Amino acid sequence: MSKTVKIRKGADLNLVGTADKVSASVSSKTFVVKPTDFHNVTPKLLVKVGHEVKAGTPLFFDKYSDRVKFSSPVSGEVIEINRGEKRKLLEIKILADQEIKYAEATPKTGSREEVVQTLCDNGLWPFIKQRPYDVIARPEDTPKAIHVSAFDTNPLAADKDFVLHGREADFQNGLDVLAKLTDGKVHLNVHASKTTSDVFLKAKNVEINTFYGPHPSGNVGVQVHHVDPVNKGEKVWVVSPEGVAQIGKFFATGQYDASRVVALAGSMVEKPKYFKTLQGAEVGSILEGNLKAGDTRVVSGSVLTGEQIQADGYLGFYDSTITVIPEGKDPQFLGWIAPNFNKFSFSRTFFSWLMPGKQYNLNTNTNGEPRALVVTGQYEHVFPMEIYPQYLIKAMITEDIEKMEGLGVFEVAPEDFALAEFSCTSKMPLQDIVRESLDLMQKEVG
Amino acid sequence: MKALEQLMEKMKPNKDAKFPLAYWVWDGTYTFLFTPGHVTKKGVHVRDAVDLKRTMFTVIIALLPALLFGIWNTGHQHYLALGEFTALNEGFMDKVIFGLIKVLPLVVVSYGVGLGIEFIFCSINKHPIQEGFLVSGMLIPLCMPVEVPLWMVAVATAFAVVIGKEVFGGTGMNILNPALTARAFLFFAYPTKMSGNAVWVSTDVDQGQQVVDSFSGATALGNLAETVGKPVGDAANDSILAMFSTDGMYSLYNSFMGFIPGSVGETSAVAILIGAAILLITGIGSWRIMLSMLLGGLAMGYIFNAFAVNDFMTLDPIHQIMLGGFMFGMVFMATDPVSAAQTNKGKWIYGFLAGFLAIMIRVFNPAYPEGVMMAILFMNVMAPTIDHFVVQSNINKRMKRAKVATA
Repeated sequence: MSKTVKIRKGADLNLVGTADKVSASVSSKTFVVKPTDFHNVTPKLLVKVGHEVKAGTPLFFDKYSDRVKFSSPVSGEVIEINRGEKRKLLEIKILADQEIKYAEATPKTGSREEVVQTLCDNGLWPFIKQRPYDVIARPEDTPKAIHVSAFDTNPLAADKDFVLHGREADFQNGLDVLAKLTDGKVHLNVHASKTTSDVFLKAKNVEINTFYGPHPSGNVGVQVHHVDPVNKGEKVWVVSPEGVAQIGKFFATGQYDASRVVALAGSMVEKPKYFKTLQGAEVGSILEGNLKAGDTRVVSGSVLTGEQIQADGYLGFYDSTITVIPEGKDPQFLGWIAPNFNKFSFSRTFFSWLMPGKQYNLNTNTNGEPRALVVTGQYEHVFPMEIYPQYLIKAMITEDIEKMEGLGVFEVAPEDFALAEFSCTSKMPLQDIVRESLDLMQKEVG
Repeated sequence: MKALEQLMEKMKPNKDAKFPLAYWVWDGTYTFLFTPGHVTKKGVHVRDAVDLKRTMFTVIIALLPALLFGIWNTGHQHYLALGEFTALNEGFMDKVIFGLIKVLPLVVVSYGVGLGIEFIFCSINKHPIQEGFLVSGMLIPLCMPVEVPLWMVAVATAFAVVIGKEVFGGTGMNILNPALTARAFLFFAYPTKMSGNAVWVSTDVDQGQQVVDSFSGATALGNLAETVGKPVGDAANDSILAMFSTDGMYSLYNSFMGFIPGSVGETSAVAILIGAAILLITGIGSWRIMLSMLLGGLAMGYIFNAFAVNDFMTLDPIHQIMLGGFMFGMVFMATDPVSAAQTNKGKWIYGFLAGFLAIMIRVFNPAYPEGVMMAILFMNVMAPTIDHFVVQSNINKRMKRAKVATA
């Protein structure tokens, strides 16, 4: 049965700099694959500097789940392998060819096992993530359901309708492939007003669930919670729509086509719009000539969940948004009492609640220092799950495994706490706390 | 402002000193003057504009009407006792000046002692000063009788900060409301100075002045307590009940406006309700707690009405909650997020029981006219238990769901 879910808690952050729905092609010279995009993956390299690779050639695999391989988005030459502290593998950089050459592959769709093997061998498996723990799924598992969120409610996030425009066939094909992976259902979760594209609304052989309400209704974890929550010992797999389309295209043509439409947004961008590029693209070529003067922060992903990158850094594997916002390094005189009409707050101690339609230009200032947890009820306000977020966070801080299980740790991912982290008066690093606890749970419970 | 900022930067003491008191005092001052230019690093890249400083100062702003009214009323009650300026609109400046002379020292002592101790603990624990005491430091003088000796305020504040808060780990960790801890400490340690008829109204007289004969110095609740033990309608109570009639000293109007003796900040329901409005509009005070505590108090009042065996119990419930510290406790004490229940369901139960018990203690045990203080402290202790059951029901639900799924 398709479900209709109304999300009441939460809020949309209304920021300046939404990307205009026009796209330009841009060709970056270099591309990288960042093993750090894949949480808990211990990379084992398959290539060396100087090797020629094709689009789809595996670059490394996971030491602890060695069937899962990670592919190059372009064809070209491996020119750099960057390592950090303790020789941790950070980036594999590829100098792209003029014309993309695709690695040859013959997708097999016979049995479930053949599909799994095809996905693993060709670097498509990393698109499949799992709940609990928000990590890449294990090929040995069988999930009780697969969820695809067809909309992104993060501030300034790329519009999935626009990003997947014209890719009906790929997307449908991808859904059909995913259907072979589970005994349960494939759920496609759409938004009642935000989702208008037929790519999603006319998708077949899936359960289409309709969601109402503000962010974080687009978080797939929130959707899973309301449609069919994860219990202890169960696995639910989640795939982004971009991933579904890429899987679909691969099974139709045998090509690892990493092309992706990416939104460039944020208040520090002159002309926010969409760009057609490939995953792992160098963002310098996208930002070039399009940034306002000033101290800026470039984020791969949204301002709530993304990762800070350099202005000549690279797009993350899972990201379809690049956000550029101002840094906020200036102290403010008597900031605690100033009226601050231009600042945004969920609390009504500022005037932003009187101006609901206003768009805000937020910078990276923390607006205060970390403090002990004093205020209550604040996380609950933006946390649309039947979970007591503050109690769960406290159980996480004290590493109380039994309590965490009871309070629903298997159902959450760091991104689900992003809005609570934003609103926290005490400036707690909630996403960090959740990530560490999920790692602990995975180690202890499995 | 740039110049001030540079000056502050120049004065920055050494953070790594053995006992970095100077640094943390400087840090407290600097962050008071300037919201620091810290930027986000991991996790969210933008942050909500609110911080604990703004939250706490909003509460202080909400307390200002009660403070200002308390200053005036201290003077007003004093001159009433002397039989001068008995009309409300007479001698405004005299009353305010007298009130300031009496109330400001209480505020100064409370903040001085409390912040001093907080800074010492900060230096020991090497963490920045937390804003929690800013509110406690204002609540303490407002819930004291005006004639309480300053040294007792100092002792009580020290007790509240050290035993009420720091031993539990500081701001955010305490079980009891620190301001009520201070008040309860004095109430039990020095009962003669915290109750009775001699402490509520200042009767300091200058040469040539004298207290009028009819002056009693008792509070409304003190008077009502005397009616307990006699049947309803006992003739001995008539003079007391007359004070609660429409033109009596404790008429509903007077108790609502606050023209009656009592602790500095607690008498005026109007001033407190202005504060409540500020807390509710900004969302800082929990409406659940305020509403449920109001309902709890009224419910107990009506139950007493129905089963009245003495004149105290027959008092109109609306009138009942205007007296004593009920409104003040409801708006400013019970809503302290740290010591109150933390779940939304828990807040309803916590507030209702606090109101219910406050009126019950007040009437059943006239030795403790301040039932509100006892009730809120008791509910502070019970709050974690209430929350435990609320949270446990969520856990049980999840466990049950998991069992169904595996079965």
